[in-house]
Amino acid sequence: MTTPILQATGLVKRYGKVTALAGSDLELLPGEILAVIGDNGAGKSSLIKALSGAVVPDEGEVLLDGSPVSFSTPLDARNAGIETVHQSLAVSPSLDIAANLFLGRELRRKGVLGSVFRMLDRAGMREEARRQLDALGIMTIQNPGQAVETLSGGQRQAVAVARAAAFGSRVVIMDEPTAALGVRESRAVLDLILQVRDRGLPVILISHNMPHVFEVADRIHIQRLGRRKAVVDPKSVSMSDAVAIMTGAMEPPS
Amino acid sequence: MTAVVEQRDRSLLTRVQHVLHAQATIGPAVVLLTSVIVFALLSERFLTPGNISLILQQVAVVGTLAVGQTIVILTAGIDLSCGAIMVLTSIVMAKVASETGLPGLPALLLGFLVGTVCGLLNGMLVTRLKLPPFIVTLGTLNVFFALNLWYSGSATIRGSDMPSLLLWTGQTFTVGGTRITYGSILLVVLVAAMAFVLKNTAWGRHVYSTGDDLEASRLSGIRTARVLLSVYATAGLIYAVAAWTLIGRIASASPQAGQTDNLDSITAVVIGGTSLFGGRGAVVGSLIGALIVGVFRNGLALAGVDVLWQTMAVGVLIIVAVSLDQWIRKVKA
Repeated sequence: MTTPILQATGLVKRYGKVTALAGSDLELLPGEILAVIGDNGAGKSSLIKALSGAVVPDEGEVLLDGSPVSFSTPLDARNAGIETVHQSLAVSPSLDIAANLFLGRELRRKGVLGSVFRMLDRAGMREEARRQLDALGIMTIQNPGQAVETLSGGQRQAVAVARAAAFGSRVVIMDEPTAALGVRESRAVLDLILQVRDRGLPVILISHNMPHVFEVADRIHIQRLGRRKAVVDPKSVSMSDAVAIMTGAMEPPS
Repeated sequence: MTAVVEQRDRSLLTRVQHVLHAQATIGPAVVLLTSVIVFALLSERFLTPGNISLILQQVAVVGTLAVGQTIVILTAGIDLSCGAIMVLTSIVMAKVASETGLPGLPALLLGFLVGTVCGLLNGMLVTRLKLPPFIVTLGTLNVFFALNLWYSGSATIRGSDMPSLLLWTGQTFTVGGTRITYGSILLVVLVAAMAFVLKNTAWGRHVYSTGDDLEASRLSGIRTARVLLSVYATAGLIYAVAAWTLIGRIASASPQAGQTDNLDSITAVVIGGTSLFGGRGAVVGSLIGALIVGVFRNGLALAGVDVLWQTMAVGVLIIVAVSLDQWIRKVKA
């Protein structure tokens, strides 16, 4: 068996008396889209937050390429090559697309202008933003100098995905990327997810939308009551069975 | 995402909205230009060198405060304590120099240090105790003002007792018949430097994004608490520069000076097109905003309009500016 690129074992996270994660495992294999589904309160969010550095688990271990890592801030996870597209998108509306793509890791001009005057390399960042958007086939975004608040929901999502794809060197995590979108925009984002995978980046996709999950996922991780209940193959398990396992109405096939 | 964007016909109003959205400073610049033309037509004394010189002097102190106020407001904060920091700092500079005979430069630097520390205190309260900036600076406004009364003993320090460096900002040079104070030049240099930093550095961008969406900035890896702390501290330093300009302007250091300058600086920032909700605006706009208020008050006075109507005009301007900002924010693609 191949080594998982990202692996979690026995993660526990308690909030007071509430146990959000009760010893949860997760394995992400190279080059796959792993969907994570689960009922409300199953611990999906806590699991993802632990992997992206947004929360620190009380127990358990996270392994990246087989070696243990510990993230205390989102920045740590990012520096390790794990990019997350948060449900809230984490974009700054009044800044333009290029500025958002490079937010928190701006490029500086070469030479004295950059080192002494701390000047940003605007042209360089615009050009790179243009390249990233083109690479993902995001044609509706004409101008990387456009403010993000003038974009539609789907286009904003595309900016967030482009940012993750541009900087994620190991793993991209997407939390409910189609939740707020219409049919056509969802379609476009699903295509983006497939493209990210086809570029060789494994993706963890958290979603409530079963048709979307079954359409793009290579494997489906079913989370229930703070644990991993099962990992199923979308080609051999039906949508209704997956929901039944998720809600506890059915035991997973062994 | 492969669909081509349709080119919709835009009404003139929508186009104006888009232009203002892209360049928030255009609105205030147009207002300033128009008011200068109107007042010049109303009174022939308006555009005389002496009168221009007077307006620039009147604007220098509030304009300098507004530079600091702008960066605080860009982070979706507000600083009610700016005037109190300025007055406290001016008293410290003047009193230490006049009583201990400390030379001008160290006295000035000591003032800069005091201003920065005051700003840092505001920043700590905002980031550590996570209190709203309005409440923090309402509190520190009173604290700093009380410290100012205590340290000064409620007494004014005369300019003749100070080293000349502290009064330098009030000295003038003449360009084409117009006497310009060094304080006004200091303001222009400060605005240019801050505009450069906000536009061209990562720090500037982080100031905007922190004010725009704090949580999104944090998730993007920006150390938002550090950004806020640096903004309040820098603002404090700028208020200390305003203190220097204030001493030059009134040729003394008075514990009762600048009582309403905190609100006047907010007025300048808002009229200058910077949004009170953060993340949008420019420091050049604040300079223009300060000039608009100066020109309005001066122009209406020359036209023989009573002070109370001048105040009302400024009030109307504020409301118009904020309504305009709300409208611009609703811009659609």
